[in-house]
Amino acid sequence: MPAVSKGDGMRGLAVFISDIRNCKSKEAEIKRINKELANIRSKFKGDKALDGYSKKKYVCKLLFIFLLGHDIDFGHMEAVNLLSSNRYTEKQIGYLFISVLVNSNSELIRLINNAIKNDLASRNPTFMGLALHCIANVGSREMAEAFAGEIPKILVAGDTMDSVKQSAALCLLRLYRASPDLVPMGDWTSRVVHLLNDQHLGVVTAATSLITTLAQKNPEEFKTSVSLAVSRLSRIVTSASTDLQDYTYYFVPAPWLSVKLLRLLQCYPPPDPAVRGRLTECLETILNKAQEPPKSKKVQHSNAKNAVLFEAISLIIHHDSEPNLLVRACNQLGQFLQHRETNLRYLALESMCTLASSEFSHEAVKTHIDTVINALKTERDVSVRQRAVDLLYAMCDRSNAQQIVAEMLSYLETADYSIREEIVLKVAILAEKYAVDYTWYVDTILNLIRIAGDYVSEEVWYRVIQIVINRDDVQGYAAKTVFEALQAPACHENLVKVGGYILGEFGNLIAGDPRSSPLIQFDLLHSKFHLCSVPTRALLLSTYIKFVNLFPEVKTTIQDVLRSDSQLKNADVELQQRAVEYLRLSSVASTDILATVLEEMPPFPERESSILAKLKKKKGPSTVTDLEEAKRERSVDVNGAPEPAPASASAASTPSPSADLLGLGAAPPAPTGPPPSAGGLLVDVFSDSASAVAPLAPGSEDNFARFVCKNNGVLFENQLLQIGLKSEFRQNLGRMFIFYGNKTSTQFLNFTPTLICADDLQANLNLQTKPVDPTVDGGAQVQQVVNIECVSDFTEAPVLNIQFRYGGTFQNVSVKLPITLNKFFQPTEMASQDFFQRWKQLSNPQQEVQSIFKAKHPMDTEITKAKLLLGRSSDLGQHSLKKLILTLQTLWALASSTPKPPRLDACCVWSRICKLRCTGSRCAQARTLFPRGYVTYCRSSFNPMQAVGLCVLFPCVSATLGDHTAHSTMEHLSTCTSSLGPGRGWDTKGLLTGTTAGLPVQGGPGSMKSRQPVVQSTN
Amino acid sequence: MAMQFMLLFSRQGKLRLQKWYVPLSDKEKKKITRELVQTVLARKPKMCSFLEWRDLKIVYKRYASLYFCCAIEDQDNELITLEIIHRYVELLDKYFGSVCELDIIFNFEKAYFILDEFLLGGEVQETSKKNVLKAIEQADLLQENRIRITARVSMGGLRKNLY
Repeated sequence: MPAVSKGDGMRGLAVFISDIRNCKSKEAEIKRINKELANIRSKFKGDKALDGYSKKKYVCKLLFIFLLGHDIDFGHMEAVNLLSSNRYTEKQIGYLFISVLVNSNSELIRLINNAIKNDLASRNPTFMGLALHCIANVGSREMAEAFAGEIPKILVAGDTMDSVKQSAALCLLRLYRASPDLVPMGDWTSRVVHLLNDQHLGVVTAATSLITTLAQKNPEEFKTSVSLAVSRLSRIVTSASTDLQDYTYYFVPAPWLSVKLLRLLQCYPPPDPAVRGRLTECLETILNKAQEPPKSKKVQHSNAKNAVLFEAISLIIHHDSEPNLLVRACNQLGQFLQHRETNLRYLALESMCTLASSEFSHEAVKTHIDTVINALKTERDVSVRQRAVDLLYAMCDRSNAQQIVAEMLSYLETADYSIREEIVLKVAILAEKYAVDYTWYVDTILNLIRIAGDYVSEEVWYRVIQIVINRDDVQGYAAKTVFEALQAPACHENLVKVGGYILGEFGNLIAGDPRSSPLIQFDLLHSKFHLCSVPTRALLLSTYIKFVNLFPEVKTTIQDVLRSDSQLKNADVELQQRAVEYLRLSSVASTDILATVLEEMPPFPERESSILAKLKKKKGPSTVTDLEEAKRERSVDVNGAPEPAPASASAASTPSPSADLLGLGAAPPAPTGPPPSAGGLLVDVFSDSASAVAPLAPGSEDNFARFVCKNNGVLFENQLLQIGLKSEFRQNLGRMFIFYGNKTSTQFLNFTPTLICADDLQANLNLQTKPVDPTVDGGAQVQQVVNIECVSDFTEAPVLNIQFRYGGTFQNVSVKLPITLNKFFQPTEMASQDFFQRWKQLSNPQQEVQSIFKAKHPMDTEITKAKLLLGRSSDLGQHSLKKLILTLQTLWALASSTPKPPRLDACCVWSRICKLRCTGSRCAQARTLFPRGYVTYCRSSFNPMQAVGLCVLFPCVSATLGDHTAHSTMEHLSTCTSSLGPGRGWDTKGLLTGTTAGLPVQGGPGSMKSRQPVVQSTN
Repeated sequence: MAMQFMLLFSRQGKLRLQKWYVPLSDKEKKKITRELVQTVLARKPKMCSFLEWRDLKIVYKRYASLYFCCAIEDQDNELITLEIIHRYVELLDKYFGSVCELDIIFNFEKAYFILDEFLLGGEVQETSKKNVLKAIEQADLLQENRIRITARVSMGGLRKNLY
């Protein structure tokens, strides 16, 4: 073994390095380094000029110290000095120092750039090489500014040495990556493409990298590279292993260049037929070679050969157009799945994941399922097992979902902790996506919780509850299954949560069986109670109060539990509050109120699975989405049928939350007329003129909504016409003045406004009007009076259609006339008992409407209040108002039936609402503002965001109670409620008066002011 | 496709060479190094040479007492990267004549120069062993005084894994 150090030995450096290595402790090392730093500093500052060698030695020592991990804050200038040395080794060390310790000092950069410029111009290839290496290593913007114009010239100049060309190509690539805007495109680009034909394989290797990156950004400009790359590749793969001399690596011809060329081709779609034939030949040759016996036993041979093979397979997958090649690629990878080299098994699994998303090879990939499952069970390396999980996920479809999910579940029992959460998510997604039988889905998720409860994130158990609630065919089964699962002596807390929730909703479905009678259900849940964390206990308390409603026979048992000190005096304020509220609720509320407050959850609105969103977040958005999208498309192709869509199935049975209930959003019943420009011709032929109505004018909808609470204003306006309204109503009669203003200076001719009532509306609403003058002068206003009589309740509003000629053109405008039922409301005095009596009679399912909506805006109380009062009800969602009022009433009932409010009872809650603590997140606001028990029933404890909409309304309403705005608020409430409408069998007047009578209006017995001191003192 | 960085470290976790092809702060570099050295050293001998780390792929191989560890991007080819490592080891071996860890410690600057001739900006510049070493030896010819490094002790070399 030669014991000679090659190159320029620097004795001082070697000694210093030895010293450092001999240091026994970190302290000793630091001491030695500080000594050296002091020495170097004094040498650099000394009067005596240092010779090049010493300078080089000291700079090298500084570099060594820096690479050990210590800070270096001097020596840059000396290094820059070395750059201008004529000795190669000194220059080299200077450049190395600069490359490693980049400094942003602008003066230094100027000097460095100067030295580089000189070396580039020196025409000495070794100096040019050093300068280019330095630019490529630093790659800063300043360097790009200085040299991005120069380097392309060096690259394509005819007399540049090959080695310099190589450096120039990669140097330019680095600058282009860092600052693409500074690298000018120009004629050099076409000449760069031709470097693919260069005789020197090293030049081709370097140039291919540059071209690939440039082609990714400017595919058009580098299109010609495709055919050049194919012919180069073809020459390489067909060459004998000795042809390429030193570029053959372990009998594989130019593997690096082959990989780069295949990579370049992946920037483009499959080429033209002529080139394509040649490329296909190349790819086939590469696939064939994989089957040949190896030319060497060395791992380097197989690695290099397979590196090219895998890149070729990537290209085949990228083109995704040759079924034959895709299937061959898949078979090849299938062989690798059982290869003795771990690396190959890993890569085969990884590569097959992408192959699984191609429609041509999906089935071929599926044939390897047993091998992959086996890999999952037997691989010793976790990263390989992880790939197997990924592949199983990718190859899953309806035909094999049950098997794959079962295998993943059984693997989960022994899986590494690092990948458990991901597997849990994947199982949950596959189980949901491919569930045909939802009992299977429920079983799967419960198993998931049993096996890996700790890794089951909130999203997963939320999701199972969403699905159970939305699908009534599985609710009984779910209740039975969770009940059985809860029998296990030790079950995971997540199971208790799911169990608590599901039994609270659907426990009644299994209560008939004496083995799962209400009391047994309750005892089972309560036996877990003390082992659970606070959030779970809170959930269980809600389950208990739901049991009070579902099973009156256990009411006293539950009340006893709630009354126990461990609940009522619990240190946790949340639990304490729930216990107190639920206890009161169970004792003061009548069964009817309980039934309403604690009724079953309505279905959840369908949306993207929250679990999928989570997996996407975990894995980065691109991969999962692409795969999912591709799979979705593919599964339609392959299976010939779309994925099962539980979403749409359950959505259909869900009352739509759209405005249809109000009839506000509905199109006018009259058939839509022809476009205005078509004139009356077609109309005359096909229908009578009365129904030749234009579609509703855009924007009139908004205006209409504004008139729900307003009687006067502008109903419609365009460039020609303005329609204003003034109206008054009394009892069942009303009068409306319609003002038509001609905004132009030209006459309107044949001006005919028509009032159109749909058939069912005609019977309920009587409209009388006189025709107006058919001519409206420019700038003039015409008035029309409409007398209105409300005969019976109605939902649709009449439509006002206006037709006239302006200039030569026929104009046709339709707007909805804001005559709504609430205009005919009148207050009635009624005692609260009477009200509640009437209220309770409204118990048919059709008499109730509820919808949950998300707040569109942040919760700013002032704005919300203003909105509420202004009557822009569409923003807030009128549908919740019935529930809201109901809640108000329940609260009021609680508050007024409690003479001496105990701590934290409903009255206190009441005050909390009124305090309007609008701080923190929206959820926090919602929680603070809204009493827990009632939040539960509008299911916000499950997903607080959904209740926000309701909560936005709530404090505003309660805040206005007792002051002078209460009346207008009530008026507004009535308006909104009314639009829910008698069409649905509501007793509108009763509701209105009940509302006003039941709530604390100013000065009433329960007014806020009189309560406040009590609240403050107890708080 | 580009290599993001290359690290050489010993079985004891001492960093012997670091080459960064993406701009990172010193703090970030130290953090990455610490994390990766720990991860790679914890792996068992028969495990595969690739692992996913953050959004990169790590390709590593052990030669005698030294670990060579490269980070490449998601689309890049793992096997060819493994052979990049091997070719670099071959270059070092040929230059130093049966290279060992100490050669890289005492002649760290040479290790950097050889790497620069082979890889530039994270891309393979020249795969021919002859051409790379020619460039390096040209420089040595300009050098007059060669000295023996006495501190050098036999470590058995990295060669064991080489051929």
